[in-house]
Amino acid sequence: MNKQMIPLAIFSALVIFLAIGLTLDPKDVPSPLIGKPAANFNLQKLYSDETFSPNELKGEPWILNIWASWCVSCRQEHQLFVDLAKEQLITIVGLNYKDTPAEAKAWLKELGNPYQVTVQDPNGQAGIDWGVYGVPETFVMDSQGIIRYKFTGPLTKKRIKQILLPLLSELKDNKTQVK
Amino acid sequence: MIPEIGHFSLIIGLAFAFVLATVPLFGNHHKHTALMQLAVPAAVGQFLFLALSFGCLLYSFTVDDFSVKYVADNSNTQLPMIFKVSATWGAHEGSLLLWAWILTGWALAVSLFSKTLPLSLQSKMLSVLGMVTIGFILFILLTSNPFERLLEIPQEGRSLNPLLQDIGLAIHPPVLYMGYVGMAVTFAFAIAVLLEGKFEMAWARWAKTWAIVAWAFLTLGISLGSWWAYYELGWGGWWFWDPVENASLLPWIIATALIHSLSITASRGSFQSWTLLLAILAFSLSLLGVFLVRSGVITSVHAFATDPTRGIYILVFLVVVVGASLSLYASHAHKVTQRKEFSLLSKDTLLLLNNVILVTMMATVLLGTLYPLILDALGVAKLSVGAPYFNSVMLPLTVPLALLMGLGFATHWREDSSKRLLSRLWLPAVASLLVAFLVPLLLLPDVSGLAILGLLMSSWIAFTALIWLLKENSTGLVKPNMQKFGSALAHIGFAVTLTGITITSIYSIEKDVRLEPGQSYQINEYQFKFIGVQQKQVDNYLASEGHIKVFIDDKLLTELYPQKRTYMSQVMPMTEAGIDAELSRDLFVALGEKLDETAWSVRIQYKPFIRWIWLGSILMAIGGVLTLFQRRKKVKPENANVAEVNA
Repeated sequence: MNKQMIPLAIFSALVIFLAIGLTLDPKDVPSPLIGKPAANFNLQKLYSDETFSPNELKGEPWILNIWASWCVSCRQEHQLFVDLAKEQLITIVGLNYKDTPAEAKAWLKELGNPYQVTVQDPNGQAGIDWGVYGVPETFVMDSQGIIRYKFTGPLTKKRIKQILLPLLSELKDNKTQVK
Repeated sequence: MIPEIGHFSLIIGLAFAFVLATVPLFGNHHKHTALMQLAVPAAVGQFLFLALSFGCLLYSFTVDDFSVKYVADNSNTQLPMIFKVSATWGAHEGSLLLWAWILTGWALAVSLFSKTLPLSLQSKMLSVLGMVTIGFILFILLTSNPFERLLEIPQEGRSLNPLLQDIGLAIHPPVLYMGYVGMAVTFAFAIAVLLEGKFEMAWARWAKTWAIVAWAFLTLGISLGSWWAYYELGWGGWWFWDPVENASLLPWIIATALIHSLSITASRGSFQSWTLLLAILAFSLSLLGVFLVRSGVITSVHAFATDPTRGIYILVFLVVVVGASLSLYASHAHKVTQRKEFSLLSKDTLLLLNNVILVTMMATVLLGTLYPLILDALGVAKLSVGAPYFNSVMLPLTVPLALLMGLGFATHWREDSSKRLLSRLWLPAVASLLVAFLVPLLLLPDVSGLAILGLLMSSWIAFTALIWLLKENSTGLVKPNMQKFGSALAHIGFAVTLTGITITSIYSIEKDVRLEPGQSYQINEYQFKFIGVQQKQVDNYLASEGHIKVFIDDKLLTELYPQKRTYMSQVMPMTEAGIDAELSRDLFVALGEKLDETAWSVRIQYKPFIRWIWLGSILMAIGGVLTLFQRRKKVKPENANVAEVNA
């Protein structure tokens, strides 16, 4: 091989890794919160003056999706949540992070509302307790209120099929056993 | 209206970039002079319209136009004016627009100051710059439009990340981008030379000027970033081997190698293909930096909020630009190569060796930066590579680098004799040995092997540079040769930075202590007395301000006011360190947590010689720029094989 080809060869190899790297999520590290009880919060609902706390959901598995109207990747994953909600597999709670009610409502009106409950966290206070470091993030809790999985970044069809759905059926089985 | 004008100007700028990228090249192909000369007005046009576009964004920030999404996301009415201005480039979209504007600025400068080059080379170069500009403007328009409007106009904006509300960081990105983007000029030059199929020595001299200016900006930009991290992040560190820091260091290392390689090509007429490869590499690494920072493949404190389509765009752009230029290199580089004999002991060999060391350094830093990504891509493991790796690989590379640097100053081009060399080198050798052993023994708290090694390296560089300057510049102060003076200064600057790094790494003292008001803590001769903490309301943040008096032998030396700030609309408090700076040491105090009613945890640091790190880089940049003020030599004949008079 011509020695002047070497830089090109090295670069090609590098590009392959960069391309694979692009499909991976560097933040996708196992969260230290997994296996721990979910942090509690008491936040105002988006569509009423009442407040909501995760304690109300004890006894059933649920999903917490943290999103914001200013977040572009949230827009990407949102349709998947709408589809998921249609199947009524699990309770989905939306936590509207550092946002204004007006913008949040407009966003849900535009894209559809998959959430049984949406709560507001305008200052990101609850976000800190949940160790949120970027929206969107999605937590899966079992019927005991223990965090079983955390998705960092937008959900994809692949992640739902490979991780979320198996986990959900496992959680359902456990629930029936407990009863 | 104004944002639309900005958006539209950007599109017109793109049109000019298309003209610049195609017409001169077409004219070049058909030997049509008028078409080639069109490069200049096209370069002027794209510069002016990008300036207008950037001006519109800036204006939207200054008038708090929250109908623009980017403004609403990054600014609010309470922000002081200076930070409204700097918020323009505080996040992804605006910083990219600044980047593109600077790129057109460099292209404009090239179009104005390349009269000494043949028209065909000049027009090719400008066309390449036009192509790169197209890439960046399209990136903005397709994935990151800063002029996007919001349907519902918010009353108040979301505020700039408080970390960025700082004067150091307001000027850091523009300076750094000047350096990054400046690498595009030498890149375009390299591509033009490869297309031209020949590389004349005078052209290398022209390119060296541009490489040095860009390098000087990069040097300042990096050290501004380091200085900012030091006083703003509150940890007292000055370099974290963070992927984004590395992304700026990589092109810097290669630009350093490029300058030296260009100087061989300019004065000896050899190493052409190596020089061209470095020029391509320097800009490729700038682009790789853009990819790493903005695609989200790597986690970093600096990373911008990301969006997958951006990563894909930059990767494709990277493949097109770097792939095409390396293919061109692979097929054309042999045409421009000339071999010149030189003996093993000569400046040529030493510069080449140091170039190899610099490239190795770049490769190790690159490997460390990408290693987590590569392992993740292979599905092997998730891990991060930290400072220990970088420190342990950089040290063994720096030692020969410093040694050869000193030798390089004392040797002649082409060939030299070891006897002559010895006669020139015994003085700096003895002097640096004296410094390396006496300084730790007499002035430093204890003698450490690494300190001796570090001081030996830096004094060796400084002394050889100094003696070289005295010999070469024997005409004295009457007619100082700025080029040689600048070169010596730049290398002495490097020695100064090296000294700072050595001493601050080895002799820093860092203590986290619990202090009640009235209590004191002693480090060396300094007594830190904690007076208390006050609450303050300033502009757009609340601050807990600590008050610490520093005494030496019961005599008041200084008072420090470290702060913990809580910005509006932000939860995380920001640390603002209290620093007392002197040339030989910094006293650094940062406020930690409130422990109970009265007591606070306080981090106290004693940082000897840390200023030298940044002082050295300033000297490097000044030195580099001074080398440009050389007296015009007579234009050399076309076939300049007679140019070995430099020694």
